[in-house]
Amino acid sequence: MYPRQFEYVAATSLDEAVSALAGAEFAKVMSGGMSLIPMMKLRLLSPDVVVDIGRIPGLDQITDAGDYVSIGALVRHAQTASAQNLPRALVDAASWTGDVQVRNRGTTCGAVAHADIAADQPAAILALGATMVARGPNGTREIPADDFFVDTMTSALQPDEILTEIRIPKVGGATAYDKLGRRGGHTDYAVAGAAAWVQKDNGTVTNCRVALTGVGTKPTLAHGVAEALIGTDGSEQAVKEAAERATEGVTVLEDLYGSEEYKAHLAKVYTRRALTQALAQL
Amino acid sequence: MKISLTINGREVSADVEPRTLLVHFLREDQGLTGTHIGCETSYCGACTVLVDGKTVKSCTMFAVQADGASITTVEGLADNGQLHPVQEGFWERHGLQCGYCTPGMIMSAVGLLQEKQSPSEDEIRHAIEGNLCRCTGYHNIVRAIEYAAAKMRGEEPPPPDWEEEEVSV
Repeated sequence: MYPRQFEYVAATSLDEAVSALAGAEFAKVMSGGMSLIPMMKLRLLSPDVVVDIGRIPGLDQITDAGDYVSIGALVRHAQTASAQNLPRALVDAASWTGDVQVRNRGTTCGAVAHADIAADQPAAILALGATMVARGPNGTREIPADDFFVDTMTSALQPDEILTEIRIPKVGGATAYDKLGRRGGHTDYAVAGAAAWVQKDNGTVTNCRVALTGVGTKPTLAHGVAEALIGTDGSEQAVKEAAERATEGVTVLEDLYGSEEYKAHLAKVYTRRALTQALAQL
Repeated sequence: MKISLTINGREVSADVEPRTLLVHFLREDQGLTGTHIGCETSYCGACTVLVDGKTVKSCTMFAVQADGASITTVEGLADNGQLHPVQEGFWERHGLQCGYCTPGMIMSAVGLLQEKQSPSEDEIRHAIEGNLCRCTGYHNIVRAIEYAAAKMRGEEPPPPDWEEEEVSV
């Protein structure tokens, strides 16, 4: 199963990669290639040019930048999964992404840019309120997570832009991610999953963000859950009531792995589990 | 496009089309047919090889991406006719039936044992989550990897399951 022919550009710098993108009719950026190559093999995608950023030096680090932790474009899932300085929700999401071989090669930034509707790390990125840094022909811009996921496999990145970095803010509180994998447990894409971030002050929940994956057209914030939980004591009952609002305002879609009803049910279950696990750490 | 890489310790240069997948390059250009092609959709892991020491599905990597890399395939494991402990484990503990998934399973096991000397059964099962076997039900594969882990630690491998079971007639 060969992909269609394409021109291959092994960029040695981001500037070179950006200009290769700008000069092409239909170009795709490749980091690990774990999503792009299967799509090219199935001929769901046939770019004229593949710009491989895999050899660009300096992009493979997780660095503490003071207010935030920076994940470079070439940080592999395996690196994110074993990072000591990233929130638990993202670490767990990375460790449950793909399988060992995929985690050795695929990148966190690549998975986020790909924006699969059932991917793990986009949900964590969204719950954590991360910032994406994109480089294009007009320079660098920052995109908040809330504006990044636009639709199915569609992000706010322009075709001539590269996601060079994800900034995870150091906001305190506690986080968790939990999901039902397509092959059971945490294995494979999420049938449904939820990432949660909560903060408490003097026994009261002061901040909360919950993001769902696998249930709709894109990773989505469950605003109703946050609204319901903030101001409560974060008790089991409060979490249960808040989780009931998981799919409020969310277009739940059925797929091969579950009906609309089942997905909506799972969204509530995993919202409750993620919140419970996060609150247990406070 | 010209590429140079090391395959099983041997330096290789070749001219490949960018769309050539690493697995096709290994099998068809280099004649290394030990690496199998199973599903071609990145699920089954039969094509697993080591690229710079890490397990990778060679059906999901272009040969051009391997320019400058060091590749180990199942053919590169044995040392002068002496089976690698993981190969020996699959032999001794009946870790295969049809053999199709075996090269990939072995490479994943080698990747695991490079990182963990004494993996638990749970860790072994998770380490082969990217490799599908349609014959054995994984049980003997896990035992084979436990055998190899013990061997590589210089210990006596645990006895085979079938010697522990009492046979009632």
